[in-house]
Amino acid sequence: MALLEVKNLTKSFGGLRAVDNVSFHVEEDEIFGLIGPNGSGKTTIFNCINNYFPVTAGDIVFKGKTIKGLKTYKICRLGIGRTFQVVKPLSRMTVLGNVTASAFCRARTMEEAQGEAYRVLEFCGLVHEKDKLAKSLPLGGRKRLEIARALATKPELLLLDETAAGLNPTELDAAIELMRKIRDKGITILIVEHIMKVIMTISNRVHAINFGQTIAEGTPQKVANNPVVIEAYLGDGYAQG
Amino acid sequence: MKKRNLAFLVGGVVFLLFPLVIHSDYYQHLVIIALMWVVVGSSWNLLAGYTGLVSFGHAIFFGTGAYTAGLFITKVGVSAWWGMMFGGMVSVVIGLIVGLICLRLRGPYFALATLAGGEIFRLAAINWESLTEGMVGILIIQTFQSKVPYYYIALAMTILCVYVIHLLMKAKWGYYFVSIREDQDAAESLGINTTLYKNVSLLTSAFFTGMAGAFYMNYMGFIDPEVVYSLHHISIMAILVGIVGGVATILGPAVGAFVMVGVQEAFRSALFGVGPKWISQAHALVFGLLVIFVIMFLANGIVGDWPKIKRTVLRIKEST
Repeated sequence: MALLEVKNLTKSFGGLRAVDNVSFHVEEDEIFGLIGPNGSGKTTIFNCINNYFPVTAGDIVFKGKTIKGLKTYKICRLGIGRTFQVVKPLSRMTVLGNVTASAFCRARTMEEAQGEAYRVLEFCGLVHEKDKLAKSLPLGGRKRLEIARALATKPELLLLDETAAGLNPTELDAAIELMRKIRDKGITILIVEHIMKVIMTISNRVHAINFGQTIAEGTPQKVANNPVVIEAYLGDGYAQG
Repeated sequence: MKKRNLAFLVGGVVFLLFPLVIHSDYYQHLVIIALMWVVVGSSWNLLAGYTGLVSFGHAIFFGTGAYTAGLFITKVGVSAWWGMMFGGMVSVVIGLIVGLICLRLRGPYFALATLAGGEIFRLAAINWESLTEGMVGILIIQTFQSKVPYYYIALAMTILCVYVIHLLMKAKWGYYFVSIREDQDAAESLGINTTLYKNVSLLTSAFFTGMAGAFYMNYMGFIDPEVVYSLHHISIMAILVGIVGGVATILGPAVGAFVMVGVQEAFRSALFGVGPKWISQAHALVFGLLVIFVIMFLANGIVGDWPKIKRTVLRIKEST
């Protein structure tokens, strides 16, 4: 049984179909990539999975149970963590405070929550920044903080929304390394990414969408060579080449 | 840590002994009123400062607490002191209704909705004469002649309120409140039931504000809607206490309350009778100037900007 199944998902904003009848499933312990040009509906799919937007049609099934219509915080408690493309640090809290707040998702006591937060920060390489205010972190740090905060809720499935965008090459390699480490911990990852280096090196399977519709799915190599995908990214003149 | 504990010890002793040393009714009255404002300001700060829901309608809870206490005498026929407990509880019930409507809104919309809510309660209290006596108000006979018992009741209420808020903020709740303030969407995605915790913050705030209102009824012996449901005497004053003292600090509203009550009294009495008469007429104006000054130069309030104040004072000392 797949960990997450998205079935015929449709999301309309007024007359605009941002996501149109998209289906895919994410298996346990894989890194599943979701790609597509700007505005193709990737983040909208994320927002539908954790119910920032109500789904127009279709279903979302997590561990065999539908999560459609559940409150966002309940979806988190069921085991789906997410990060935001436009980072949302809790600015005037310390880095440790940010992660502690999310560790309370599972922890009962303050000691437990802070202990968990500390472990997660160590895992994400942020421990030396723990007493800084979140707003003082550079973008790379904030992206890491997003991941750390999501990890502290002990998710089984992690939704990463362009966590590699805007990073310099060194940070990028570190980010890829971190994603590998997360998968090795047994956390399944669904990742939205523009940077092909990330998608090509770490994902097991890739699902490509354009204008809210599925255009390809398969191994990274297969999808990258798919003429429809190339056309979507570069325009139709390049599809044959 | 040692120094802080010592400061608390000294502060505690000063407050405990104050009415035994200072016998003047006038100064005792000022401190009692300031203590009451510590409660209202701290409650407002819990909601606005820590949870990010800036209320312009805390008079709703203050007035409701005061009227609950008053109605215990005029309608139920028992002591108005019951209002100290039930005033808070009735305010919580009112808070639930206010929350149901206003907590759907964020930022300035929440502020405006609470502002409107306060006016609704004021007008309702003026016009619902069969219940509230309208503008005639409620007059009761105070229990004590001396101010000393009132002082200790106010002190106990203040300590309870500040201590409860301190405990809340040190625990999981505090983390949740601040998370909601910083980013409600992020908080929700971290498994925080934002609706629940916004309500917890609002209702705790409403409870203590209502309690302070009930104390006001007992202490002053007279209320009318224009006083206890007043926008500028209660709702705006609660905001000023929080802002002047320092938003999102435990001691901020406490400091703010004493400063604001002091400043208000100084101007009302034309600098305690030694200044020219026009000062007392201009007290609202001076109040406004003070707020502008604080917002421009001490945006984090006296407690929040304490290091900055210390630095400035040091610099002035060195240059002279």
